[in-house]
Amino acid sequence: MKALDIAAQVASKERSAREVLDETFAAIDARDTEIHAFLSLQHDRAYATAASIDERIARGEPVGPLAGVPLGLKDNLCQRGETTGCASKILEGWRPPYSATAVTKIEDAGVVIVGKTNMDEFAMGSSTENSAYGPTRNPHDTSRVPGGSSGGSAASVAASMVPLALGTDTGGSIRQPAALCGVVGVKPTYGLVSRYGMIAFASSLDQIGPFANDVADAAALLEVLSGHDPMDSTSLDQPPVSLLAQLDAGVAGMKVGLCSELLAGATEEVASAVRLAGATLEAAGAEIIEVSIPELALGLSAYYLIAPAEASSNLARYDGVRYGVRVDADDVTAMNTATRTAGFGDEVKRRIMLGTYALSAGYYDAYYGQAQRVRTLIISAFARAYEKVDVLLGATTPTTAFPIGDKVGDPMAMYQSDICTIPTNLAGHPALSVPFANDASNLPIGIQLLGPALSEQKLFQAARVVEEGATK
Amino acid sequence: MSPLPEGWEMVVGLEVHTELKTETKLFCGCANAFGAEPNTNICPVCLGLPGSLPVLNERAVEFAMRIGTALHCVIQASSFHRKNYFYPDMPKDYQISQYDVPINGPGFLDLPDGSRVSIERAHLEEDTGKTTHIGGTGRIHGSDESLVDYNRSGVPLVEIVSGPDIRSAEQARAYAAELRAILIATGASDGRMEEGSMRVDANVSVRTGPDAPFGTRCEIKNLNSLRSLQRAVEYEAIRQIELLEDGGTVSQETRHWDEDAGKTQTMRSKEEAYDYRYFPEPDLVPVVPSAEQVEQIRTTLAPMPAERRARLIDQLGGAPTPAQLDQLMAAVEINLDGFITAAIDAGVTPAIALARTANELAGLGDGVANLPVDDYVALLKLEDAGELSATQSKTVLADLVAAGGGDPASIAKAKGFEKLDDSSLDATLDEIIVANPDEWQRYVDGDDKLTGFFTGKVMAATKGQADGKAVNAALRQRRG
Repeated sequence: MKALDIAAQVASKERSAREVLDETFAAIDARDTEIHAFLSLQHDRAYATAASIDERIARGEPVGPLAGVPLGLKDNLCQRGETTGCASKILEGWRPPYSATAVTKIEDAGVVIVGKTNMDEFAMGSSTENSAYGPTRNPHDTSRVPGGSSGGSAASVAASMVPLALGTDTGGSIRQPAALCGVVGVKPTYGLVSRYGMIAFASSLDQIGPFANDVADAAALLEVLSGHDPMDSTSLDQPPVSLLAQLDAGVAGMKVGLCSELLAGATEEVASAVRLAGATLEAAGAEIIEVSIPELALGLSAYYLIAPAEASSNLARYDGVRYGVRVDADDVTAMNTATRTAGFGDEVKRRIMLGTYALSAGYYDAYYGQAQRVRTLIISAFARAYEKVDVLLGATTPTTAFPIGDKVGDPMAMYQSDICTIPTNLAGHPALSVPFANDASNLPIGIQLLGPALSEQKLFQAARVVEEGATK
Repeated sequence: MSPLPEGWEMVVGLEVHTELKTETKLFCGCANAFGAEPNTNICPVCLGLPGSLPVLNERAVEFAMRIGTALHCVIQASSFHRKNYFYPDMPKDYQISQYDVPINGPGFLDLPDGSRVSIERAHLEEDTGKTTHIGGTGRIHGSDESLVDYNRSGVPLVEIVSGPDIRSAEQARAYAAELRAILIATGASDGRMEEGSMRVDANVSVRTGPDAPFGTRCEIKNLNSLRSLQRAVEYEAIRQIELLEDGGTVSQETRHWDEDAGKTQTMRSKEEAYDYRYFPEPDLVPVVPSAEQVEQIRTTLAPMPAERRARLIDQLGGAPTPAQLDQLMAAVEINLDGFITAAIDAGVTPAIALARTANELAGLGDGVANLPVDDYVALLKLEDAGELSATQSKTVLADLVAAGGGDPASIAKAKGFEKLDDSSLDATLDEIIVANPDEWQRYVDGDDKLTGFFTGKVMAATKGQADGKAVNAALRQRRG
């Protein structure tokens, strides 16, 4: 069921928000024992919201553009009074006293939040296996991962439990699971969506974005999420984006760069799907230009210094003093250590150590400093490419969904899953993943469209064309 | 000069933290107020709750620029860094501070004795919460429990770092005193060391002469008054000299000043020093003041202490006595010199204006800020004209300040203060002389110290209504 259809039906009293919610919770009951997309559900709050929407409609009062549409919220987005724990033991039971700006905005638009979705702990991972509460399973093949870190959000939409979900993308955490689960996932321009109330992993890379079954629903949700927020200093001074109005404007005359570095390491099936998507765009009037941006190959190593460095600082506050879990010990330093030792999982500890090392006196310039210089290189390289093309086309992820347990013992192999998505975050640009084909095992393949800052309009137009030509 | 052993020189640099008098905190809308109930001025941002983000207070930036302008600093585009270390009073376990590009670059401060101390930087940062350790050792390790009050967390601070230009403990004190006066004059800070709104750390080293290389320095913390600063610097320099003369070496460390023991003690050695892992704060954008803003601050800055002292000396119409100079400095330091200027302009004898302001008004606390200058001048005119004695004038002044102003003549009348006529003073003196014949004889024989004895007797007998000057004149007249 599409979000915009639900909103239209609820607004026209064809169905009540309550009936929609009944179906949603029935679907979750039926499927989530197996999938494990949700960490927690909020029946009472959701039904109260639905009731208030139905009452407003009955009284003829205006409601938001997504009134009555159920949504899954990633567990790292603060929602006043509801458990928000980043799928980590260290925040178990914590209920924020405030809501993220993005949460307030979707609630104002009439969205009905039904629960918190599973994720890799503190958004660190590419498979949702790093959740402290067990992995989420891919709805297309439950022996396989849904991707990550927003795996619960992607799976909740892919399994038709909810029509919309919110995720966060630091190095591909929306686009990669969207591709592996066969849904649309968007990483907006850095600063387009407020980060206030998103629990930080790597502040200079993090962005909130939508998951949806199709491009139009994703556009509708991003319209609601976007816009300046005075609570976030890095929020762009921009009005909310308008995407739906021009969604079907097509790609005639659009220059699309087929980027060889965004096919590096891709399986033959993934690479041919990307080429076929290019042909689809060409058939719709776009000009396809082969481009190479060698600097993108440096993105992965720069990312694995910058993101852990910022994370090592962002996660320092989980010290057992003020909230979350505390493991008592003889003095405060021992308490901090015992709390963090018990509260964080292996991947989080690995990245805190990596980041701490990268920022240490004597190593800063060789690691963090060098990574920032590489970041500047990548930004310049993208800028040169966007002088020649409007958008770039590539794979979202080199492979389709891999089996659960396959890469858990090999962090470097796991990190490679994000090789095509990371450069966008380093540049602060927008990118999205659209499901386009299936591989021989009937697993979804997503293709990725990338553009310069604030090029969302063009990206959505191109994505709409790709979606129309999808062979899945 | 400080009594350092022959052949030694101390080298001192000071780091001064001052809280800014903004309405709200540096990165959130919580009230910046001293003395509220613990943990009442807090929000997700200054508690560092997961997901919260800082937004810079523009007023704090303006105050920081005012301080920089007063210290002749280069005002520049700047950015924030994170200073990472674990401490329970720091909610995020990092402090947002400025690192390689502070808002105020190099400047200088001229001291009243004519010496100049360079300023390396004056940067913005957030304050931490306040921890109280209860039971056990009373320190963080070994206390029974620790309570944290986050009201102070996120209060804006400016840290002013001097160059290593100070050469004596007296100069260190004079620098801190002059800096405090400047901070108060800018309106950015109230400079209260006792409340911790101004905090001083001293870096002290010694060397054998002006051309010798700098020695290893120690940083002294817990200096809660100008007196502590001077004593601690003196103590530390001598400690280092004695260590070196005994063939030892000074090790770089942070030392704690123990006011009661009058000693500095090791707090943290260099090996235990934190690696702060500074890196650019990704949640904030650079601060880029416009040329107009810098110019606007420069042209609207209130007159600084040096200028105000010069103006007062000019007004006195001659070289001030050392006592008057002290009074004048004290008045300027706490921003009360406007009262003196107004009184002298209104014709009050300068000595009275100086003394009442520096000695009495300065001691009456925060209320003096609300005292209308005109009421104060009216009171001093009454005293100057002999309508009120000095003692009566001081009593009326205390009432005036407590009431936030009023008519001094009415207050004096309500208290029954009247000018004592000469005949009743004569009668009183007669009685006192008869009752104290031995003392009177010594006074007549030329022992001037007894002036105070007789003045005191007269004051006691008249309940302070006699005019000290009139009493002195009458005593001298009778002695012949």
